[in-house]
Amino acid sequence: MKLSPQWLRDFVDLAVANQRLADDLTLAGIAVESVSGEGEGAVFEMDVTTNRPDAMNHYGVARECSAIYDLPLKPIEPKLPVTSAAKAAPVKAAGGTTEVVPSRGTPRGSAEVAPSRGTPRGSTEVVPSRGTARGTTEVVPSRGSPRGTTGVGTSPGASAPGVPFPIEIQEPGLGPRFTARVVRGVTIKPSPAKIARRLALLDQRPINNAVDATNYTLWEMGKPTHVFDLDLLEGGRLMVRHAQLGETLKTLDGVERKLTSEDLVIADARKPVSLAGVMGGFDTMITEKTRNILIESAWWDPVMIRKMSRRHGLHTDASHRFERGADFESTVLSCNRVAELILESGGGELDGGVTDVVAQRLDQAPVALHLSEVYRILGEKLETNEIFRTLKHLGFDLIPERGGDPDFTVRIPSWRLDVEREIDLIEEIARLHGYDKFANTLPAYAGAVVELPDAEKDTKLRSSLLGLGYNEAISLTFISHEDAETFSALPVIELANPLSEEVSVMRTSMVPGMLNMLAYNLNRGSDNVRLFEAGNVFEASGAKALELERICLGATGNALAPGVHQAVRAVSFFDLKGDVETLLHPFEYGALHFTAQAAEYYHPGRSSRVLMDGVIVAQFGQIHPDVAGQRKLRQDVFVAEFFLDHLYQHGLRKVRYEALPRYPAVGRDFSFAFADDVVFEKIQQTVAGLHLAEMRSFVPVEIFRGGATPAGKYSILLRANFQSGERTLREDEVAGWSAEIIKVLERLGGKLRA
Amino acid sequence: MAYTVPKLTDFSTKALEKAAGDLVAALDAESKAVGSEAEGKIFRDRWMARKNGALTLVNEWLKAAPKASKREVGQRVNELKARVEQTVEATLERVKGGASESQLAADGVDITLPGLHRAVGAEHPILKTMNEIISVFRNLGYSVEEGPEIETDYYNFEALNFPPNHPARDTQDTIFLAGQESKPARDRLLLRTHTSPVQIRSMEKMKPPVRVVCPGKVHRNDAPDATHSPIFHQVEGLAVDTNITFCDLKGTLDHAMKALFGSSVKTRFYPSFFPFTEPSADVQISCIFCGGKGQRDGGPCRNCKASGWIELLGCGMVDPNVYGFVDYDPKKVSGFAFGMGVERIAILKYGVDDIQLFFQGDVRFLEQFG
Repeated sequence: MKLSPQWLRDFVDLAVANQRLADDLTLAGIAVESVSGEGEGAVFEMDVTTNRPDAMNHYGVARECSAIYDLPLKPIEPKLPVTSAAKAAPVKAAGGTTEVVPSRGTPRGSAEVAPSRGTPRGSTEVVPSRGTARGTTEVVPSRGSPRGTTGVGTSPGASAPGVPFPIEIQEPGLGPRFTARVVRGVTIKPSPAKIARRLALLDQRPINNAVDATNYTLWEMGKPTHVFDLDLLEGGRLMVRHAQLGETLKTLDGVERKLTSEDLVIADARKPVSLAGVMGGFDTMITEKTRNILIESAWWDPVMIRKMSRRHGLHTDASHRFERGADFESTVLSCNRVAELILESGGGELDGGVTDVVAQRLDQAPVALHLSEVYRILGEKLETNEIFRTLKHLGFDLIPERGGDPDFTVRIPSWRLDVEREIDLIEEIARLHGYDKFANTLPAYAGAVVELPDAEKDTKLRSSLLGLGYNEAISLTFISHEDAETFSALPVIELANPLSEEVSVMRTSMVPGMLNMLAYNLNRGSDNVRLFEAGNVFEASGAKALELERICLGATGNALAPGVHQAVRAVSFFDLKGDVETLLHPFEYGALHFTAQAAEYYHPGRSSRVLMDGVIVAQFGQIHPDVAGQRKLRQDVFVAEFFLDHLYQHGLRKVRYEALPRYPAVGRDFSFAFADDVVFEKIQQTVAGLHLAEMRSFVPVEIFRGGATPAGKYSILLRANFQSGERTLREDEVAGWSAEIIKVLERLGGKLRA
Repeated sequence: MAYTVPKLTDFSTKALEKAAGDLVAALDAESKAVGSEAEGKIFRDRWMARKNGALTLVNEWLKAAPKASKREVGQRVNELKARVEQTVEATLERVKGGASESQLAADGVDITLPGLHRAVGAEHPILKTMNEIISVFRNLGYSVEEGPEIETDYYNFEALNFPPNHPARDTQDTIFLAGQESKPARDRLLLRTHTSPVQIRSMEKMKPPVRVVCPGKVHRNDAPDATHSPIFHQVEGLAVDTNITFCDLKGTLDHAMKALFGSSVKTRFYPSFFPFTEPSADVQISCIFCGGKGQRDGGPCRNCKASGWIELLGCGMVDPNVYGFVDYDPKKVSGFAFGMGVERIAILKYGVDDIQLFFQGDVRFLEQFG
């Protein structure tokens, strides 16, 4: 959104230069993103927060300026000719709550139309302009009648004629106020240069003097209005009603829209003529032929506008403001302002006065303000005078309370629908005091840091992975349907509005993301890659979404950094297995078992599942060549997956110190030939079955195939280490155990070699 | 010219002195040159071999000496004998198992060749930055809390004071899960757009005082480009107690920013809007590239667009409405919350110019952080 600082200066006599003004506004919460241009052509690029529709126009920002610099705010006072009296229009009320208050041509001279205080009708009292009351300490006393009564009560003197036909509000909750007036004999033509230039500065395309008048008013005071070609309104009446099923409306953008019964429209006797508060109708718009104009300024329910605007995919400057809350009390003033601008540029004359239909008042309850609460939240005592002055400038009425509890009752201006509670006032006080003026303190605290239950395990695994040479990576949380099917049996969770088909479900496996990252590297000439990612996979479980923690490792290329010092060797299954074993080692468990059954996307002969005390905690291996081929991975890749939901059922091993051996160890080597189907696990379990108390380890040292070893067999060099904690072992003892080992291994089919 | 033991004719004290001196000098010089065990043996034989060893020749002096000098020569010879034995022994000890200088030279390597690397993995810059942020707040007594990435509308919006159909929801670009239409609006599932829901979950779990930081992954419906990513990370913080003020919020974040970016960094707070805090603020730090001057290398600083300030995080006092959702009494407690984008901070810290680099797993990128 853009604003013109020169336009701001119409309303406040600002002495500061534009850049300084921009900084001061930003520090007061009306963010100016950038300043460009000079003089009349200067532009502020604004970033006004969504809660401040009142500051999405020049007058609202000028009001902020008046509070920042303690300067008076000039009123907007449309100068309209006094019209000859005509008879007041008959008005049909829905639900008995609609009431029409004919209004004289020139109402109160201020944009800051005071929230109705329930001034009795017929009273000649004129509420003084807030804009001219700056710096005074005057407190407007609370008026007698409660709010929420009907009637606007701003019309001094006799009733004046309004729109020459009835206006009927059928939905007082959604369109509680509808103000209109008529201008006749207008010449439609381009806007005067000043208007056109200012609109162009804000990137608003000038259209014609009547439409530009509404646009200008919107950017000046924030109130959206609409102009109809009066002669194209049929049937002599206007209604605010729900659309009927089957009705259509061609909106100003030329789109023929099908309406639903949830849409709210302004309709004449025959047809909808405007999508209320969002966009006017094409068929009743102002054209070069237009002579007579109906100016509409209404107030619409924000939620209704938002739903309708979304339903039709139609976001307009008007809907943007209405859905954030427009100024309920500015309908008459904006209507008059549009009329003034049209008369100035297009001639013609007013036909009667303003018709102001108020079907339901907006309830803005006053707010109690305690200075003690201001102190409790902000932490610093502020001058009461400063609080008073600041809020006054912003249009709040502070009424001191006797007894001081609360200190003030505060009446909220009609343009600040965002202010409903004491905390909202405290924010106003704080932001205009200047956040940076508050001290920086650190609060005292009586409490302790509590660790997450798995924090230690997470840290252990992560530091081990980094130590093992895996780079930490993060991939997307979404995958394609196809990948979900290939890499998991979990029921998928689909996204309603995915970024694309390729990323349309929540990942059920970390593997596709890992393979994508490995491929990304291989495609960029990085052939030696080790990565890991810790994250969640997602599973649909009835109406619920389960999140399961996983760690995924990926490795491809050389096992060790290539160089002049050692031969290159590709990563193998056993590199991964070693890493898996290292990572699982810190956990407390009884037995670790590697089985050959891993998921189908693994190479059937080079993959394994890891069972910790019978529960699968990991699977790993080489990716199946078919899967690798489909993903265009041009070298073998290895992946390991850890299922932390299962693994973390185990605690970390509690280390107990074991006395260091004081007696020498004795090693014995055994060279055997076995048939291929005698796997090492069998050999190991057989020897373990001897339960030799002094045997400290039993490991394979070398394996040969081919050469002197016939096909279908392999040679293996095994080493047993013996040691006692109590004494030096005797030669004959060791020889005895060795003989036992040889015996059981021969029974297993092994043939002892020389 | 190698030393040879002279035959003596002059047995005066002076002559003996010189002969002994020459011998010891030669002995020491030769000992020094011995560099290996093999050379040690040759050295030993040369000086101590029974046949033609230097000591044997020295014994000749005694034989040749006139009677009057025998006593003095004998004493001298015994001294030399002891000296030679001692030196030979020391020399042998020195070279035992060792290498000569020449051997050492031959064993030398080209120390300018690259080292043999056992690669250590690199921490991801996002998680590294996130852990740094967490650590700053842990030191202030904040515990870590986590929450789910798939959230309900209630936790992501409603309990954070985003009413249904509120325009503030537009700023969140939410990704919704499919098939939620049959559920009540508050139970519908979505990908959390911020880590703020963990605030609510934490307050539901514990009574004040509360001090938590909530790190985690969040999602928005943003097409990936250099400055947007559908996934990113946040660290949310929350402190609620009977005594927390806006000044405390300022002091805490000022301290945290100094801990993260250096003690010379200044902070600036200005009003903002978040539905779940009030008053709300955005926090800027003085530009870490130009030191807050707005100018660098003779031109405007690109990092802060010459403003001298960099916007970093959002914060505010917890909105009393939020306490209503978690059964805290807003009259008795007060608190603040803050949230920061980890990618934004990492981008600043490391000068990364494309957010996508964080999520591609490119080792050329990742290894730079090792």
